[in-house]
This record gives sequence, C-alpha cells and structure tokens, in this order.
Amino acid sequence: MSTPALLVRDLEFRWPGDDSFCLRLPNLAVNRKNSLFLYGPSGCGKSTLLNLIGGVLVPQAGHIELLDQPFSQLSASRRDAFRADHLGFIFQQFNLIPYLSVLDNVLLPCRFSAQRAKRVGEPEAEARRLLAALDLDPALLGRPAAELSVGQQQRVAAARALIGQPEILIADEPTSALDAERQAAFVELLLSEARRAGSAVVFVSHDLRLATHFDHSLALAP
Amino acid sequence: MKPLLHIALKSAWNRRLTLGLTLLAITLSVTLLLSVERIRQAARDGFAQSVSGADLIVGARGSPLQLVLYAVFNVGEASNNVGWQSYQAIAADPAVAWSVPLALGDSHRGFPVLGTTPAYFDHYRYGERQPLRFTAGQPFNGLFDAVIGAEVAAKLGYQLGESITLSHGSGPLPGLAHADKPFTVVGILAPTGTPVDRRVHVSLAAIEAIHLDWQGGAPIPGVAIPADMVSKFDLQPKTITAFLLGLHQRSAVFRLQRKIADYRGEPLLAVLPGVALDQLWQTVGVVEKALLGISWLVFAVGLAGLAAVMLASLNERRRELAVLRSVGAGPRHIVFLLVLESLFVTLLGVALSLAVVSVAAWLGGPWLAARFGLSTLPLAVSPGELRLLAGIFAASLLVSLWPAWRAYRLSLADGLIPRL
Repeated sequence: MSTPALLVRDLEFRWPGDDSFCLRLPNLAVNRKNSLFLYGPSGCGKSTLLNLIGGVLVPQAGHIELLDQPFSQLSASRRDAFRADHLGFIFQQFNLIPYLSVLDNVLLPCRFSAQRAKRVGEPEAEARRLLAALDLDPALLGRPAAELSVGQQQRVAAARALIGQPEILIADEPTSALDAERQAAFVELLLSEARRAGSAVVFVSHDLRLATHFDHSLALAP
Repeated sequence: MKPLLHIALKSAWNRRLTLGLTLLAITLSVTLLLSVERIRQAARDGFAQSVSGADLIVGARGSPLQLVLYAVFNVGEASNNVGWQSYQAIAADPAVAWSVPLALGDSHRGFPVLGTTPAYFDHYRYGERQPLRFTAGQPFNGLFDAVIGAEVAAKLGYQLGESITLSHGSGPLPGLAHADKPFTVVGILAPTGTPVDRRVHVSLAAIEAIHLDWQGGAPIPGVAIPADMVSKFDLQPKTITAFLLGLHQRSAVFRLQRKIADYRGEPLLAVLPGVALDQLWQTVGVVEKALLGISWLVFAVGLAGLAAVMLASLNERRRELAVLRSVGAGPRHIVFLLVLESLFVTLLGVALSLAVVSVAAWLGGPWLAARFGLSTLPLAVSPGELRLLAGIFAASLLVSLWPAWRAYRLSLADGLIPRL
C-alpha cells in the first residue's frame, strides 16, 4: 500500500563539457509520508541531485519517478508545473524573497499552483496556522522577510515549503545556519508539520547527529 | 503569469531608486522626442502657412523659390521689378477677387520696409487663415504714415506717434537715409510669428515720394524735394516688386497661373505659395531631420540606461529568481518578469512624457505660436506620433529582451541553488 513518493533508478548525470565530475545513484526510494536522512558531505553532488529531483536538470541516464510519474521524462514546463504542485523546498539560506512580506513569501506556492491553493482552502489562514505552529511571532507576519533573523527566516521557509500539503518536501541543510540546540528543535517541528501535511521528507545534511530523527538514512557516495 | 504581476510590482518597488532614475531618463528622452516631433510638425505647418490667404504670388520671371524668399520672407532681392501696368492688367482679371501690391527695397534699422496698399491689412492671412490684428492704432492713411510689426515695436521700443526715418537699401548706411522725409507710426500689429512681425509697412505712394529726388539708387546731387512739396508730384508707382492675388474661386488658380506665365507685356511668374513654401521647407527640413535624429539618439541613451540597470540588478536578483523557480516558476516566467519590468518602466515613461508634452502644449502653445510662428500645437496624439510611440514601444521591447535573455541563461545555470 505504501507506494514510493520518490524513486531514483540508475541515475547518471554529468555536466556537459566537464568529464571530471559524474553523479551516480543506482537506487534511492522514499515511500510516501516517510522521512529520509541523506548524508552528504560537501562536494558529493548534493546540489546537482536536488536540481535533478526538482526537475531543473535532467539526467543523461536512468530515471526519476515522483508520485508514480516518470518525472525526468516530462517536458520542462510540465516539470515546472509538477514542482509547483507537489514539491516543497527549503534551502540552507536565502530562502525568501527579501522585499515580500513574511505572509506573501509563505503564500508564493499557492500563487504558482492552483492545486496547492485549492488543497489549502483558505491560504492565508493556513499560512498563519503554519507560522504559529512553527513558533513564529505573529507580529512579524507583515514585515519584509529581509528584516527577520536567520532562524526566523528558516521557519518561514519551512512554512512556505509545507503550505498546500505537497507530497514531497526537500530540505537542503536547512539547519546549518542555526546554533546547535535549535537545530534539533527545528527538525522536530519540521517533521511533525510534514507528518501532519502527509509529506514525504528528504533531508540532506552533513551533520550525522540529526539522522536519529528520521525513518531511514542513507549516505551519498562522495 | 498572474502571480508574477504582483511580484514584479513589489520587486520594482524594492528597487525604486534605480528604476526611478531610469524612469526619469526614459521620460525625459521620450519627452524630447515627442516635443521635437510636435514642434517639427507645428513649425512645418506654421512655415507653410506664412502666407495663407493668397492664392498666387506674382513677380518677375525667375526662380519660384527666390520669388517666395523675397516676397514672403524678405530674404534676398528681386532680379527684376514688375511694371505697374502689368499689375493693373492682371489685377483686373475677372477671376481676381483682390490684389495686394508689394514694393520692397528700403529698410528701417535693419527691418525691411514694405510699400503696399491698405488692402494688405484686409486680405493678408497667416496660419489657419488668421487676419492681421492691430494691438494699437490703425492702417496707414496719410502719405507719411507707417504701420510696424510686433517685433519692430518690441525691439525698438516704438509707440504710436513715434517718428522714424527710412534708409535706402537693406543696411543703415549713413548718407543714404531718407532723413528729410520722416514717417509717423500710426499702427502696431499683433504678433503673428511670420515675417510680418519684422516689417515696416508704408503706402506705395510714400515709397514713390521718398525716391522722388533719387535716381539709380542714390540722391540726385543738388536736388532736394521737401516733404510738404511731394504731394504736388504724381505719386503713382511705376514699378512694384511683387503682388499677391486672391481669387473668387480657387479652381481658377492654374488657369490664371498659366495666363500670367503667358503675359505678353513682360516676363512674369506666378507661384502657389503653399507649394513653393513646401519646396522651401524641403531644403531647410534637413535641420528638422537632424533634430529628430538627435532625439532618437537621446532615446537610445535612455534605453541603454534601462538595459544597464536591468543587467546590473540581475546579479543581486539571482537568489530571488532561484526562489521563484523552486516554488514552480519556469524560465519563461523569469523572462516574462524581466520584460514586464522594462515594459512597465517604458510605458510609464511614455505616459508621463505624453502628460508633460500635453500640459506644455496647453500652457505654452499659444505663446510659442505667437513668438515663433508655429501653428497651434496639437493637444491630441497625431497618427505620426502614434507611429513614433509604436517605434518607442518596439525599441524598448527589443532592448528588454536582452536582460531577460541573460536572466533566462542565469536561471538555467543556477537551477534552484545559485552558486554565488
């Protein structure tokens, strides 16, 4: 009954004109509503993999399936639309558009995806609920994102990634800019909200201490 | 594309200082372009309407351009005069409604003196067939009365009753003045923006009278006829320089033109003022084209500024674009976002310049018309201007594609994670 949210088979990617680097990933599967800790030291092709899963890059060989769809075989604009509808992203830093308010930043996915907006029903109420659940001071909602601290920005980014209950949440070192004792709390908040939204989580980090929070863990070969 | 509208506006507002300065540059350059276009149109119309009432200008046979130059603009000299008999014969043609003789050759402190009849004040038209108006006084009546143009009055500070003397020829050469026969200013004309403003008008008889004791362009030695004696002489002119004709029906103009060309008494030439003025404009129109060319260059500078600002902003916007991609924006959205921003700036610039030009035309148009002989500045957008605006729009669209294309390349290379 548990079908994979993300399935990678025999993936091979190489930057055109650059033979020195090649990303190979024979097998990676994440079931729906599961969470995976992906251990990736720097230089292992982590951001390339995220660009592949996000559909911004296409592999030369192998394939990526998302929610039973042959994702890497879709056209570029279909992949963009799919990303908008089914994927949420949190990056290491600079997740937010600095001149938009906190609320507008969280609402961005609902503007690009009618499906996510529909699933939410009341986008603004849901944005407020998510931000409150992620422990963000409601007084900050109307502020431009640029005025927030890094920790606050990461929580806004998490709310944005989760709004509209995307099936897959991709987090790329979202805690590396936070201090140690807040990292665990952030991961816990993120995971509990992801469970509530029913999202599968792929969490990439080089910090092995965080792995205990996740259902599975896997190391990317350097 | 709808979500992008909101983002584009917020993003532009976030960079309002640089974009504001760019908007200013675009506004100023488009304003220049539009003003030059409108003034060019108005100058052309004004020029072509320097004489708008007359159907034909007649002078001695020669170049039509030269005839227009001396008869309308008082530039250059007639190669030959027209006999009074010829003038009377042609003016008596049944097709002719009115005629105004013109006798040139004298001047007053650099301003040309025109000998004519009071009919001049009734029939002379300029611009949109506007008649001459007096700001003070009336047409000349007495022999030594003079009516001066607005510029003559303003430059020399003349009032009604001023006593003036004329000089022979066009320059104020000492010794060649008609100092013995002073004139009195009895009328001052309202500004027209045409050569009329620079003229001193006297009667034909007065021209005759001041030359009674002259011969071959110089005073006859030992002969001096005092002013109060001249009325005892026959003051009927023997020759005039040119004359204007108004017809009962415009349709007769070509027939009469041919008839004048075939006149047996002496070789004459009749030209249609509009046609000849248009030809003349072709030759001076180079300036107008140069002005328009310079305006386009200024506009190009404005557009280059826009492109430079957009390109420079791209580096700091790479993260912003990557965030947009991560929430589902495709490269085409990125292109759209940038094109939208450039077009927004240009359109706003165009709208602002249209407002500036319209307000300027509304406030300054009448003054410009009076001062420089422009025809009334149009308030509405002319078809020519629409073409110009379309050109501006197309040029800015083209220019905006450049930063958009660069943003497209950048966002493809950066993907979701810009490497900065």
